[in-house]
Order: sequence, then structure tokens, then C-alpha cells
Amino acid sequence: MKIKVTVNGISYERDVEPRTLLAYFLREDCGLTGTHVGCDTSSCGCCVVVMDGDKAVKACTMFAVQADGHEILTVEGLAQAGKLHPLQQAFWDQHGLQCGYCTPGMILSSYVLLKHNASPSEADIREGLAGNLCRCTGYQNIVKAVQQAAETLRQPAGAGV
Amino acid sequence: MSTDSKPAGSIGVAMKRKEDPRFIQGKGHYVDDITMPSMLYMALVRSPYPHAEITSIDATEALKVPGVKAVITGKDLDAAGLGWLPTFHGQDKQMVLAIGKVLFQYQEVAAVFAETRAGAADGAEAVEVEYTPLPVVADPFTAKTDTVILRPDREIKSNHIFHWEVGDKEATARALATSATRISQRMWFQRCHPAPLEPCGCVAHFDTMGRLQFHVTSQAPHVYRTALSLVTGIPEDKIHVISPDIGGGFGNKVPVYPGYVCAIVGALKLGRPVKWIETRTENLTSTGFARDYHIDVEIGATADGKVTALRVATVADHGAFDAAADPRGFPAGMFGIVTGSYDFPAAHAEVDGYFTNKAPGGIAYRCSFRVTEASFAIERGMDILADELGIDPVELRRKNFVRRDQFPYPSPLGFTYDSGDYHKTLDVALEKIGYQALLKEQAEKRARGELMGIGISTFTEVVGAGPSKQFNILGIKMFDSAEIRIHPTGAGIVRAGTKSQGQGHETTWAQIVAEELGLDPQNIMVEEGDTDTAPYGLGTYASRSTPVAGAAIAMAARRIREKARKVAAHLLEVGEADVEWTDYTFQVKGVPARRVTMKEVAFAAYTNMAQNEPGLEATYYYDPPNMTFPYGTYIAVVDVDRDTGEVKVRRFLAVDDCGTIINPVIVEGQIHGGLTEGFAIAFMQEIQYDSEGNNLTTNFTDYLLPTSLETPHWDTAKTTTPSPHHPIGAKGVGESPNVGSPAAFVNAVIDALSPLGVRHIDMPLTRDKVWRAIQAAEAKKASA
Repeated sequence: MKIKVTVNGISYERDVEPRTLLAYFLREDCGLTGTHVGCDTSSCGCCVVVMDGDKAVKACTMFAVQADGHEILTVEGLAQAGKLHPLQQAFWDQHGLQCGYCTPGMILSSYVLLKHNASPSEADIREGLAGNLCRCTGYQNIVKAVQQAAETLRQPAGAGV
Repeated sequence: MSTDSKPAGSIGVAMKRKEDPRFIQGKGHYVDDITMPSMLYMALVRSPYPHAEITSIDATEALKVPGVKAVITGKDLDAAGLGWLPTFHGQDKQMVLAIGKVLFQYQEVAAVFAETRAGAADGAEAVEVEYTPLPVVADPFTAKTDTVILRPDREIKSNHIFHWEVGDKEATARALATSATRISQRMWFQRCHPAPLEPCGCVAHFDTMGRLQFHVTSQAPHVYRTALSLVTGIPEDKIHVISPDIGGGFGNKVPVYPGYVCAIVGALKLGRPVKWIETRTENLTSTGFARDYHIDVEIGATADGKVTALRVATVADHGAFDAAADPRGFPAGMFGIVTGSYDFPAAHAEVDGYFTNKAPGGIAYRCSFRVTEASFAIERGMDILADELGIDPVELRRKNFVRRDQFPYPSPLGFTYDSGDYHKTLDVALEKIGYQALLKEQAEKRARGELMGIGISTFTEVVGAGPSKQFNILGIKMFDSAEIRIHPTGAGIVRAGTKSQGQGHETTWAQIVAEELGLDPQNIMVEEGDTDTAPYGLGTYASRSTPVAGAAIAMAARRIREKARKVAAHLLEVGEADVEWTDYTFQVKGVPARRVTMKEVAFAAYTNMAQNEPGLEATYYYDPPNMTFPYGTYIAVVDVDRDTGEVKVRRFLAVDDCGTIINPVIVEGQIHGGLTEGFAIAFMQEIQYDSEGNNLTTNFTDYLLPTSLETPHWDTAKTTTPSPHHPIGAKGVGESPNVGSPAAFVNAVIDALSPLGVRHIDMPLTRDKVWRAIQAAEAKKASA
């Protein structure tokens, strides 16, 4: 099937098997390997990407054809003009990652969380990230990273970012 | 001349990780990110039966699936002499693809190669295999007497694999018989699985020179190279193993798995690169499991609580092949650490391993070879003894600790503990958590019928395998290595035989060089995981990287310093004996104003070295003189809901002593992660089999991992007792929290339930199990 998906602002027109998962479309058809696959049951969240600006979706649980005509943001699209997104910076600053495998999904789930709640409490963050597993960090520094990013993003444009 | 002293980012500095920029931008390079022109994909056909004869394998339909190129079976491999794979400790072998029969559910039966990932999966579905089911051995306790012999290929026709023992059996029996108090408890440390988020996988390719280029998720790339050479007969110079970024390992990525061999055979047979990435189900059902130790603990003590003897007997379920990732001659790993932090006058430990129709493994899951099982046994045992004696578990521990003045301490089970101050670390923990106030609160709550528990674990680990006189894998001694090259501008590269899976070596290895040479760690590149460039090393597992490779890096750097001293003497126009390394610079003795930095010396080593050998590089292979013995005091505070059995971990404090800390932020991160895995093991993670050998936990909806929601908040603190024999005094820390914490959690829950008369519950402490224990205890009380 022919589909047209906008990924990180670039339009990709591809002919895919109907059963191709969005995760493999991004990884293998678009060459964007920052979207990872860690399970077969939508449990781990390594494959989370953002659809249409404000929805976190698990790309292993969606067919590529379902993304036809939609806009997808992957981790590769976060940094702008060589400058890290406040979430990326905060994950680095707060040691919010170790092996890095869950990190893209974790950052993108946090991105959507902050879209809907600019000042989340620790409980809000822990609930908002409950669909993303991490085996390395114990989540504590991830929570701190999201708090730091939230604060940066709350600053008036140009002041903190 | 420079005037700076301690470099920014030397040992002890909380430097931000150098590897992070690529991970936060999705530019990590994991095995599944590798693609090659004309690459094929492999999928495996697996057995639905735990034990069965293979009557026939028919690939006719599979070969008709579009894109399928080949199907190989165990018969094909056996004919080529590749039917079996030696396990790392060298005492057993494992079928690559099943030959004649299958011995566990999900065992590898055939490999299918196809043009696409989906095509390979379709092909695997289309392979028709007929089985005749055989009687199943699922219980290690009946395995010994069972008439069904699982491994007739072995010389000894028994399901008993090994008997291992250490200590003085007679003295221990005598001491137990005459002890005023004696406890005994059977505890099962359940089968679990490390489940790193990245599954195992590889890309195998023979290049134009016929050389195997093997990208693989390996914690020990050099050992893989040697093992693959031994298995396949490919000369070792024709094998290049590359471990790219690894998405967590935790011991899961130490063994060589059948899928790797199949991918190599496919690449050779078809002349094209082959990628194999296992699914999560394949990961949980067929790659190295951990634990599964049924442990009988007996402790004797005087009436006032001085321990007299420890006896531990264990039945170990090793599954269908003995693929335990232990050093040779240590079939129960370092289980001899089971006397823990306590000064037992007599002790004896034994372990018997058995074959069952379950997946093979027995790997060191965030653990230095069975140390977690040992630590759990003694820390639970001490709590049960305290309960029996009616004294505070803290006081019992304090009374029996190995004292500071006893180090180096020869344990009754054969280790020589390097250093420690157990009393001090305990005191720091009690003070920090407010132990007395917690006891008061607990007494008040108990009076109201509420179930609050305080659990303590004062564990000692043994890590850093290990001294060559004791430890080897496939005969290769367990040293590690480092090569350092300092470039003319004072930048440099470190190559090591280790392989980070998230531990942060690109940062900490650079910090060691910064400390030793006074250079900027931002300009010290770290490279690991490439067997063509790194010196031979045994890899990263069992908390051995810092104790062994970290030492090799420090020693290589000191070799560079000695070489640089000659060039410094030339620059300072004095004799070499008049040059000293002080304050991170070379100075003329007694004239501190006359000095040169390492950066200046580096430049001179290439431009103005006088009669000295040009260049500035060194290699060091470090054979550790002893293991290191990190330890800690962990305290958990829990509330148990009497009506639902729900456990809430309200507080958790970990006070660790891992000797010298290289980077405190990385250490704290490791402790957070290890505590979370310990929490998971205590409360949720279990690989379950039914009595017919069927695996009931084949994905993350059944094999539960903790999310951010249920993971507690972790408080950490430290004491620092350097290792006296390690060049920088470091001991290793990545596993301590996983080793020490399960007992703290369980002790806390049992403490909460102790007013009801509950003395032990096996992990995982699910709500259901806790609720049943409460119900049973209350029914017993009511009928009494």
C-alpha cells in the first residue's frame, strides 16, 4: 500500500506491506533507528513516538498504514538547529539514562505529558510515564529530568530555552 | 607552565556522562540498527513441548514462502560438526538446534533465512515439525530419583549434574548439635530473568576476505571470539567481534546463544549477511535465566545471640543444559560468600545441581555468580534467628559482625575479605533513617493492629573475578586489560576489554586517566567492544569492570607516567630521579615552581624527546591479587494492608560502601537501578513453569517489571572503606543494590506480619501470596 507520512517535518512516501508496523516503517523505511523495539506486547514503551503533535503512540502497536496522512515526531526530530530540546538536556543533566535503550520513548512520553500538564507533580510524572519501562535508572532521575524540563519550558520563550 | 591542580573530572567528580549526547538524540548504535546490503533475516522454529522426540522436520512448505532462502536443522549442524556448543565453565555443552529430541519448551529446532524480517517469521511458521511427547521432569527434587534421564548424551546417566561443597562439615555439625539455639528454614530464590529492554541479537557477515564480521549483543566480546573459534573451527584471526551499544545486559548477554551460531552458519552457507534479533518471548523463554535455588539454611547460636555455626544445603534447578555462566571449577559460583558479614566459627555450604525440562541458564543476573542467592539466604536467616531469640535483628547483626580490626578477614568458607567497617556503616544507616523513632512508631501501630515492618540487610558481596590462580572461563584466566595512547596535544584514547551496557565506562574510564595523568577527561576517548582494537579482556559482568579493568587502566596510566617522567626530566633539564609527580604535574624535587604538565610532556614525547623512545602509550594486563568485598546496610520500611495483602514500601535507605568512588552520580544511578531490580525480584519477577514444564511467563504482561508508578523513592548514602589491594581503592558497585535489597524487602514484610506468627514467605511477595499468608495465620490463631 502506498502511504504518505510526515516524519519530523519531512514527507515520506513509501509502498509498504499492510502488516508493516509503524516502528519498523520508521526504522527501516525512514532510517530513523532512534525508535526502539523492546517487546511484542505494547508493554515497554521503547517505541513511543508523538503523533499529530500531542499524542504518544506505541509505534509497535500501530500499522504504518494507520499513520498515513499523519505527522509523526521521533526523537531525531526534537533537537532544533543543533540545540537540544529541554527534555534532552534535562535527561543528560539529571543522569536520567544509562543504557539509553528506553530513552527515546521515555523522552517522547515526557514530551506529551508536558504538553498536557506544564507543571506536573512527581505523582503526575510517575503516572504519566507508567507505560514506559526502564531497567537501569529506577525512574528517580527520570522524574527529576522531567521536572527540570518542565521548569525550563515554563520560562518565557527566549529566557530559558 | 600550567598552575591548575586537580583536573575537572578526575576521580570523585560528578562529571556528566560523555556518552549521553548520542543516546538522548536517538543516535545510539544498537545491533538492530545495523543494516547491510543484501542482508537476510533469520527466525527460529521453537519447540512447543518441554520434552519430546522429534519425529520429523519438513521444510517443504517453508521453502515455498516468498523470500525464504534456506532452512537448517540440528541434523544439518551435527553433520557439519556444529551440533553442540560448549557452555562457559566448560563442564557441559548445549545443543545449537535440537538433535533427535527437545529438552525444554521454546528450544531452538530449526533456523529459517529469508529476504525480510516478516518473510523469515512466515517461513518459521511454515516449517512442519512432528513431535512425540515424552514424560517431563519439572521438579529438581524428583530429578535425582526420576527414571527419565534427560541427558543420555552424558557419561553419567543421572539428572544430577554436580555436587559442590565448601567448609568444615563435621565441625559445623558438631557446633550445630551443641548450640543453645538453632533455626532452620527452607527458602526458594525463584527463577527470574534479567530482561534487559534490548533483546539479544546479532548480524553475521563474511567479508570479501572471508573474515567473519560479527556484530553481537555481548558483554564479553573477546570471550565470544575465542568461543566461536573453538566451536566453528574458524581461525581466531578470521573472526572480528564487535559489540556496539548495548541496551542493558545484567548478565543476560554473557552466554553464547544458539541463535548466534545459526546466524553465522547461515551467513557462511548463503554468502550473505544475516541478522537475527530475538523477540521478547524468545528472550524470556530461552536465554539465560537466573537463580532458581532451593536453599536450606540452618544457624546455631548461643542463648545470648552469638552465632556458632552456619549450614546451607541447596538444590539448584539448572534446566536442560548446564549453561550456568560460572568460572570453571565454580559450579555454584561464589556461593561461599554465604557467611556474609558475620564471624561464624564454623560453616559448611553445599549445592547440588539438577537437570530439568526447563530453559538452560543460571547466569549471574546483576550478581557476581550466585552471590545474590547467598546474601539472601544469610540475611533472611539472621532475621529468623533474631525472631527465635527474641532480640532486635539490628543488635543480632551488630553482635556478630566481622570487626574492623579483623580485616583482612579469612572467612570459614575460603574467602579473604579485603576491608570493611560494618559497624560504622550500620550506625550511619540507623542514624540517617531514625531507627529508634521507627521502632516507636511501629510499637504504636502494632498496638492498633496495623502491620508496619522494618527490614534490614547488612550484606557483603564478593566481586571482581578474579585472580588467575582461581578463576578462568574456557581456560582463559579472568584478568582484564587496558591500552592507553596519549596524542601529541594531550588528548588520548583508552581501549579496554570491558563492554559497557549502560554503566558509563566512556566517562569513568576517562576519569581514571584524568586522575592518573592530570589530563582533561573530555579529551580522553574510550573505546570498548571491538576485538580488533581492544586488548584481550574478559568483559563486563559480575561487577568486575572497575575492580579489574579499572585497575588495568590506572596501571597502564602509571606506565605512561613513568615513560613521561623521562621526557619531563629532559624538559626540566634535571636527572630523572629529581623529577616527582606532584599535584598532577611533574616538578623538580624541592623546586615546585619548576614544573611541566603532562600535556606539555605529551607534546615533547612526539617533538622533543631527546634520547627517549618516541610516543606515549602503554598496555597493562591486570591480574587481581584478590577479589573485592563491597558491602552495605539497607533498611526498608513497609506498610501491609491486612485486608488486601498490599505492601507499600514507604521508605528505603541504602548505605553502600564500595570503596573509592570514581563518579558519585553514576554510582548513585547504579544504586537506584539495582534497588529497582531488587524490588522487582522481591515483589513481582518470577519465571513460572507449570508442573508439565510449560513456561507461563512468556512476555511482559505475565513477567512483570516495575514501572515508575510502583517503584519506591530511594534514599542513598555512603561510607568509604577503600580496597587495600586495588590501585585506586575501588570495589565495584553495580550489583550491590540488587544483591543486598531483596532480603531487606522480605525482612520488612515478614517483620510486619510477625505479630501474626508469620516467619517466612517465598518471593515474589505478590499481594495474593501475602494475603494468603495473613489469612492462614489468622485462621491458625482463631483455631488455637
